[in-house]
Amino acid sequence: MTTTMRSRFYDLVGQALDDDPRVALVLAEIGISQLTGDHERIFNVGIREQLMIGVASGLAFEGLRPVVHSYTPFLVERPYEQVKLDLGHQDVGAVLVSTGASYDGARSGRTHQAPADVAILSALPGWTIRVPGHPDELERHLRAALAGDDRVYIRMSEEANAAPVHADGLSVVRRASERAPVALAVGPALDETLAATADLDVTVAYLSTVRPFDAAGLREVASTDVVLVEPYLAGTSAAEVSAALSDRPHRLLSLGVHNEEVRRYGAGSDHRAAHGLDAAGIRGSMDDFLGVSVRAVG
Amino acid sequence: MPTSTILGYDDLPDLLTRLTGDEKHDWSSLSTLDVLWVLYDRVLRVDPDAPDDPDRDRFLLSKGHGPAAYYAVLAAKGFLDPGELPRFGGFDSRLGNHPDRVLLPGVEISSGSLGHGLPIAVGRALALDAQGQEGARVVCLVGDAELDEGSNWEAVQLAGRLSLGRLTVVVVDNASSTYHWPGGVEARFELEGWDAARADGRHHGALERALSATGERPNVVVAEVER
Repeated sequence: MTTTMRSRFYDLVGQALDDDPRVALVLAEIGISQLTGDHERIFNVGIREQLMIGVASGLAFEGLRPVVHSYTPFLVERPYEQVKLDLGHQDVGAVLVSTGASYDGARSGRTHQAPADVAILSALPGWTIRVPGHPDELERHLRAALAGDDRVYIRMSEEANAAPVHADGLSVVRRASERAPVALAVGPALDETLAATADLDVTVAYLSTVRPFDAAGLREVASTDVVLVEPYLAGTSAAEVSAALSDRPHRLLSLGVHNEEVRRYGAGSDHRAAHGLDAAGIRGSMDDFLGVSVRAVG
Repeated sequence: MPTSTILGYDDLPDLLTRLTGDEKHDWSSLSTLDVLWVLYDRVLRVDPDAPDDPDRDRFLLSKGHGPAAYYAVLAAKGFLDPGELPRFGGFDSRLGNHPDRVLLPGVEISSGSLGHGLPIAVGRALALDAQGQEGARVVCLVGDAELDEGSNWEAVQLAGRLSLGRLTVVVVDNASSTYHWPGGVEARFELEGWDAARADGRHHGALERALSATGERPNVVVAEVER
């Protein structure tokens, strides 16, 4: 059993290429060395990211199921108009699988970081966006995506939770008292959120599919206070939460990657702390937001 | 010829008038008109009654600006009811300033933003090769100024290196690129491993000959028209 999302992905897509004549893989050099053996439906276009998406579109037009894979900024940002037009406007499907989430590329600096990936893809209609928090969740989401013909973005990360949560919609991981605040953690942000709230009367819920957003699930679990913890640009799903709760008084705290350049190298964990997304940072923000009233007794 | 002609070349001015309401325009100035006519009348194997036939030739109009000639030819060839032409651009019309393939069966791609058709054409050629399809051509029309967009050259390079013989690009060249293509734009294709030809973009016989040629390598036909 492989240990990272990325290595699991290469195993799975290699297997899918062998098993399913519909599956094709489009690369722009990144990832090609991790795949074993040649395959006639692996299309490495060289370092040409606009072409990478255009080719995927053409493959989909002719009935194939293209999986497009690269480092996040080169998959989502550089060819953004191709994603919008060659896939969305042409109304053909593809599975985009990114590696290098938010600050995973801490040592590489800003050129290799795209924490707005989910935000900008959310601005395009018709995308299903999956943010797995564990390699097993990646596997489930990838298998589902390969069987479809829609537009799916799967955001892999080096951060992962200790255990997978297998649910398509919002799932309650730890239930507190009836009117307790809800902390909604997305993907790999779950474990830090659980640690931050261990001694609080706070319900912790989890999402790995952020678009479409499970508004009904949130309505069922939310009371007045909601803390959204997203491992990418802060506030990416704030409008979804507001829309889901628009008919009831509520307060929302949106935690995530700050919209500023840190201009520091180091490790992902350094950046996690810099953005207040480690357990201590999440706890500090929640204490400010909620006050001390939610401290669990004992 | 494969398609059954419903209307002829001489009917195009009337169709264009219906499209725009303009009776005095010099329709012969439409840069793509003759290339599109020759493609649909003499070259492409396409059938309005089977627009999804897997063995059809794929024609991708990448230069979606000024699609009047395209709509007129589609109407003449039975892909489009001429009665729809007067509603051009309306809220309830399937015909806009840039074609939308979701609205109009037989239109292979939506276009408008420049530099998108050729990369998609390369993907389609690669897919047809991978699936062992024999015979279907992929023909993509671009403008000489459209080739300013760098995305085209990503596609030209890969298609040449991979010898995508089923791919033809027709460049309608009315010298509209501000910075021009010194030595002719086809020289850049040839360097990348393409066969190249230049033809008078108003001469139907010359266009038919150039557009009918296929080989082991992708080919480009530069159709020269007046500016």
